[in-house]
Amino acid sequence: MQLDAKIPEGPLAEKWDAHRFSIPLVAPSNRRKFEVIVVGTGLAGAGAAATMGELGYRVKTFTYHDSNRRAHSIAAQGGINASKNYRNDGDSDYRLFYDTIKGGDYRSREANTYRLAQVSGEIIDQATAQGVPFGREYGGLLGNRSFGGAQVSRTFYARGQTGQQLLLGAYQALARQIKAGSVKAYNRCEMLDIVVDDGRAVGVVVRDMLTGEISSHSAHAVVLATGGYSNAYFLSTNAKASNATAIWRAHRKGALFANPCFTQIHPTCIPQADEFQSKLTLMSESLRNDGRIWIPSEIGETRPAGDIPDDQRDYYLERRYPAFGNLVPRDVASRAAKKEVDADKGVGPMRNGVYLDFADAIGRLGRDTIEARYGNLFEMYERITDEDPYEVPMRIYPAPHYTMGGLWVDYDLMTTIPGLYSIGEANFSDHGANRLGASALMQGLADGYFILPNTIAAYLSQYLGTDPISTSELAFTRVEADVAGRTERLLGVNGSRTVDWFHRELGKIVWEHCGMARSAEGLTKALAEIPALKEEFFADVRIVGDGDSLNQTLEKAGRVADYFDLAELMCRDALHREESSGGHFRVEHVTEDGEAKRNDEDFRFVSAWGFEGDGSEPSLTKENLEFENVELKTRSYK
Amino acid sequence: MTTTEEAPVRRRYPWPIEFYRSAVGKKWVMALTGVALLGYIVAHMIGNLKLYFGAEEINHYGEALRDLGGNLAPRTHILWALRIGLLGAALLHVHAAYSLTYTNWKARGGRYRERDYIAVTYASNTMRLTGTVVLLFVFFHLADLTWGAAPAAPEEFFRGDVYSNLVASFERLPVAIFYVIANLALAVHIFHGTWSLFQSLGYSHPRFNIWRKRLAAGLTAAVVLINLSFPIAVQTGILKI
Amino acid sequence: MDLTLRVWRQHGPNQPGAFEEYAAPDIRSHVSFLEMLDIVNDRLSLEDREPIAFEHDCREGICGMCGVMINGQPHGPQQGTATCQLHMRKFRDGDVITIEPWRATGFPVLRDLVVDRSALDRIIEAGGYITVDTGSAPDANLVPVPQEAAEASMDAAACIGCGACVAACPNSAAQLFTAAKLAHLNLLPQGQPERFMRTEAMVDTMESFFGSCTNHAECEEACPKQISIDFIALLNRDYIKAKWRNGRLAGQR
Repeated sequence: MQLDAKIPEGPLAEKWDAHRFSIPLVAPSNRRKFEVIVVGTGLAGAGAAATMGELGYRVKTFTYHDSNRRAHSIAAQGGINASKNYRNDGDSDYRLFYDTIKGGDYRSREANTYRLAQVSGEIIDQATAQGVPFGREYGGLLGNRSFGGAQVSRTFYARGQTGQQLLLGAYQALARQIKAGSVKAYNRCEMLDIVVDDGRAVGVVVRDMLTGEISSHSAHAVVLATGGYSNAYFLSTNAKASNATAIWRAHRKGALFANPCFTQIHPTCIPQADEFQSKLTLMSESLRNDGRIWIPSEIGETRPAGDIPDDQRDYYLERRYPAFGNLVPRDVASRAAKKEVDADKGVGPMRNGVYLDFADAIGRLGRDTIEARYGNLFEMYERITDEDPYEVPMRIYPAPHYTMGGLWVDYDLMTTIPGLYSIGEANFSDHGANRLGASALMQGLADGYFILPNTIAAYLSQYLGTDPISTSELAFTRVEADVAGRTERLLGVNGSRTVDWFHRELGKIVWEHCGMARSAEGLTKALAEIPALKEEFFADVRIVGDGDSLNQTLEKAGRVADYFDLAELMCRDALHREESSGGHFRVEHVTEDGEAKRNDEDFRFVSAWGFEGDGSEPSLTKENLEFENVELKTRSYK
Repeated sequence: MTTTEEAPVRRRYPWPIEFYRSAVGKKWVMALTGVALLGYIVAHMIGNLKLYFGAEEINHYGEALRDLGGNLAPRTHILWALRIGLLGAALLHVHAAYSLTYTNWKARGGRYRERDYIAVTYASNTMRLTGTVVLLFVFFHLADLTWGAAPAAPEEFFRGDVYSNLVASFERLPVAIFYVIANLALAVHIFHGTWSLFQSLGYSHPRFNIWRKRLAAGLTAAVVLINLSFPIAVQTGILKI
Repeated sequence: MDLTLRVWRQHGPNQPGAFEEYAAPDIRSHVSFLEMLDIVNDRLSLEDREPIAFEHDCREGICGMCGVMINGQPHGPQQGTATCQLHMRKFRDGDVITIEPWRATGFPVLRDLVVDRSALDRIIEAGGYITVDTGSAPDANLVPVPQEAAEASMDAAACIGCGACVAACPNSAAQLFTAAKLAHLNLLPQGQPERFMRTEAMVDTMESFFGSCTNHAECEEACPKQISIDFIALLNRDYIKAKWRNGRLAGQR
């Protein structure tokens, strides 16, 4: 298979404008003749559905939530980047592009990333007009903070709830279209498969979560905005229902899956406290602006943090990375913490964390300032751990958080299945091997508001005058039968172990071998263990209840079933990528002082995997990455 | 699955009717009529203090009410206008309360097996009960001291002799007890009502919110102290014919 | 610790429901309330009994999916905390915990502890937005917003749409939710052009599903984001103005 990313010709800064001009337009009066399905109503999905509704397309949205306002975009805390340069500190589209591509360890496309930077400012304009209450200066103009080690202040924020406010903005825009009748929303409706006919995406098969009814919906184009797959690790910062079924089903139908091993482990989460823990809670990265990270110098230290004198503490980030200190990028901070905990220097009851200490900051700035900056985060920490971070240092540890990998898409955000688009975290395009802080919100909204609604016209315009195929056609009924069969199969096992048990076991394998540090040996082991666990799952899982009413265990089981295959692909990709880049760290590929060693010679490409049937090895197609505008450098934060 | 459904379109009425049809509008009406009724309660209470200055004072006060406006208006006309206004306010207050109670009863989807309220006070929770007690009392009170209708009124009732009528009425122990209970109910009612009316009218400000509470407490204390003093004074013989 | 749960079980909408009692032995105090339910559900599954259906998602107090009545208090005994962030250390060994779904006519029970809160979406659809098509916005710094206004708006916008205010209200009123949504937009310069149309439409839609506010302030106590009922006063004021103004505007048409 040959991959064509359809990157427009011309200078980097002019590609997007030139491309928009070259896209055939759909006349306003013709737009209502097109139906588009959007699956997922997070930032990207709600933004895209609302915008396409405004343009006049007939849109159907699907979400497994009860409301379009619940998606996990809502949990993003820190902020959203934009190259507004309001601070006059030297920011520009080019600098945001450059930081993003460098932060991604040169594993993303120049053209996509530059476009992201280009539209970033418009996102802020749009959100502000929608009524997103961004933080402001006394003069009434927008405030900015520096975030995640960026050397310019380009992050816009709404307290610690930026994701929530941006999602509410998109949700409200979507609600307006629902009221106007241009968007029809199907809630509590889970997409379980995609329908491909004659090589193009023509619709989806969904399960009504309240009645269990399986039904089909056809459209001219299908957009997947279903988020990432961090829950393959079981314990992650993602919401419990976040899952990969939509993109995995699309993958099985022919969409290539790009860079599945590029996952981001966020450095500042609350460490696991119990084997029954169901999820990990993220504490905003902004805490690292004032907190100092340390561990006791002695292995087996038992004294409480306050009793350990300064000279017996190891501020390891400040020691190893004097230039960036506690503000090194996420992947670097995460690996450093793992290294210390692996050396048995971890703190806390399970010895699985490092300290994030605010004592110095409180001494320097006063408790009030710290409370104003981080009060709600401190409260949240106390609620969860029952420890007061004003008195004792926080304990943190990295946790799976975001997946840079996802469905392969071209410059138009279309997957390798014509008519099937993928936006937001569900695609792979903009973050390369590592995502910078405050960039996920930016990408989701860029895709949803500004990119997809433009590029989708290129595909739709070819089909003017045609109707979507009927859902009574064989193409649909076959998939419906297949979906019903999968549900029945799960319900029929009646084994002896719960779905969560399997998910937790899977998570342990993936975390152990495909987490922060990966080795050929471990990955090979995982590749043997995962299929075995999957086999056991289908022989021994227990799902009580029926398929024709609300059955949360059944929903969970379907999602976990798809994680086995995806986890296998993650490990396969990680094994294949013989280099350390961004979030992907292979212990075999390190510099002399133990830092990640990228291999641009052999791995400057996107790995796009194709599904070749159950039990067969996936095929690999490479999209070579060309860098014409930036020089490939080794990331150094020392 | 839950999908979007169309809301039915209904005919629109002129805005005062539309406004009163809404629950927020009814609460606004309740608040405004509440202000009128509160004003009456306070004025009535202050006027009644003349009891302590002797029969002549209070009887002159009653006469002055009938003669409101002096030579500028026909005798008792202004008093009647006030009475009609007051009656209107009371009717609206009761109708809005009744209709909101019905709405809220319909909106409640069954009771909780266990419910541990935090903010709900005895006052806020018993508005309907205390309101009803006050309403019943008002009928009795009018029959007793305004209309002089037996058996509510004492046998010795003589129109215009406010002082004697009142003392004769309160000398009957059951009437004094009913009066005390009704005024306690009134106090409880206005304790929540006074605070609440600002909220319903939309007057809320961090700086004066504390005064809403203080005003409510002050009014309640005044009603309890002053109004209850009358039957007690009669029963203990401080006020006598 | 060992607990006893008394849980509302109901198979589907419009079906009769009843309380059932479950022993929940050996629960560690540092697990969260929902993790406790996970454990109980896993045990139920293995005994071939149907797990308790309850809603949850982000489990970090922001998505607004979770929410049940715990011992007579929405989201349980800890103030300013959604059910998912409540931890078992707030309970004592031997406690009997009563768990009920939100109860309101506007929130029909779908199953066990799961209720249908889509009425809240209808309120937003009625006007809880600012009409601005993608791409038509002016530069974000064109309209300065006083910092106090932005902060007050954010206070209101913190609402997570969990429905605890409705569940807490003795009248099943959705005033706090609607007031928060209104105040979020009505306090900002961007929200002014549609302010009164929005207010009238949202309040009227709210009243078609829910009861009316009688100023108990119970919602404020139940709100996991501790949103103030001062916003309800703002709703009342704006609604009164809206009825007058919108009527006048309609008369001019």
